[in-house]
Amino acid sequence: MEMKYTEEHEWLLPEGDLMVVGITAHAAEQLGDVVFVELPDVGTEVTKDEEVVVIESVKAASDILAPLDGEIVEVNEALVENPGMVNEDATGAGWFFKMKVSDAAPLDDYMDEAGYKKFIG
Amino acid sequence: MTDLLKTPLHALHVELGAKMVPFTGYDMPVQFAGIMGEHLHTRAMAGLFDVSHMGQVILRGEDYAAVAAAFETLVPVNVLGLREGRQRYGLFTNDRGGILDDLMFANRGDHLFVVVNAACKEADIARMRAALEPEISVTYIEDRALIALQGPAAEGVLAAMNPAAAEMRFMDVATLELNGAECWVSRSGYTGEDGYEISVPAEAAEDLARALLAHEDVMPIGLGARDSLRLEAGLCLYGHDIDEDTLPAEGGLVWAIQKVRRAGGEREGGFPGAKQVLAQIVEGPERKRVGLRPEGRAPMREGVELFAGTEGGEVIGKITSGGFGPTVGGPVAMGYVPAGMAEPGTVVYGELRGKRLPLTVTKLPFVAANFKR
Repeated sequence: MEMKYTEEHEWLLPEGDLMVVGITAHAAEQLGDVVFVELPDVGTEVTKDEEVVVIESVKAASDILAPLDGEIVEVNEALVENPGMVNEDATGAGWFFKMKVSDAAPLDDYMDEAGYKKFIG
Repeated sequence: MTDLLKTPLHALHVELGAKMVPFTGYDMPVQFAGIMGEHLHTRAMAGLFDVSHMGQVILRGEDYAAVAAAFETLVPVNVLGLREGRQRYGLFTNDRGGILDDLMFANRGDHLFVVVNAACKEADIARMRAALEPEISVTYIEDRALIALQGPAAEGVLAAMNPAAAEMRFMDVATLELNGAECWVSRSGYTGEDGYEISVPAEAAEDLARALLAHEDVMPIGLGARDSLRLEAGLCLYGHDIDEDTLPAEGGLVWAIQKVRRAGGEREGGFPGAKQVLAQIVEGPERKRVGLRPEGRAPMREGVELFAGTEGGEVIGKITSGGFGPTVGGPVAMGYVPAGMAEPGTVVYGELRGKRLPLTVTKLPFVAANFKR
């Protein structure tokens, strides 16, 4: 399966039985230079649309929502020391967390790349 | 929606790809290449800022002394003693001694040149007219742009246009021909760096800006980096760090009130709220503006409430400016704490997303000033 996108400018990429989550390059550019990332604890049970990550740029603070129900199984600790990776490589090294999804149904509503490109105009 | 005003450099900002935002009624550039890069470039080389939204005003009277004496009825500052060709920082106060605006004024020989904040300029001009006219004429200069060139490379860049720029020292003012235009130049700014502020005729502003930007050391800088630069420099943003309920002493601005205007001085008082302002200098304020360094990496911004401990207790103060300091490489803030907790090294706690996180009271500025005195 390819990358999926939410209207909150998050991307989701399946990796084995896990889902990797980050924000899009478009979102990172809008936020400006990211200077702080607060990640959830591994093992946290999250429900869709719950605030799981706090991200601060030079301009403002934003919340990243859980795109699906599930459990956080891994977080990108490297971002804590180097938050700028979100700007440098938003869809690669700038990933936020990996989750074990308990309800994948909403995934069908999320956009594919063409849909997201259209969404951001 | 009201129409936003445009500065003479508006078209250039748009051409350069600036992200534009409404600011004090003007459509202004908040960033060009990015706030972090613009900030660091200004500290390393030179940045060009459009500050044309600020209010430029000329006060004229019988002679400089007459203008200065009249202006001293509005500000707690030594205006009469300012030598020709020099600039000084000042404050307008209200009847309670609160700060109505902060400003720069210069003795330009036969007149006083005043620069006030954009958000306050209408009120400032109305106040000056009501208090000073008709003996003193108050002229709002609407046909000139104001450009700041800031950073260690600023001197070389401007001196290449006119060598006289290099002769100026910090807070000197002069009329210089730059790129063919008659400019009113001061060696000052609001970044903590050496640099110049240049009042240029509106029709010559874009050409001058292009000529300055043509230098490889100069980058255009938006309001975002202007804010992080002044915060690292420990400089107040009016309406945030100081306002009409802030007296100069609690705002850490006693240095701006020269001895001649203080209690026992030759021209003691004689400005709005003098009794309260001078009493607070003698008695000491109950709260003080201080620098604050959050211990972690999380920025603490304006409005964050401060506490003495990690649990319970009353709010002891508030952050008035805060964010990430690119040169410091971490979060920096300013705010008010009780005078007894204003000593550098004191730890206070800011409540962020339901958690109390430590901040250390820190001597200002966060980044040492780089003026050419």
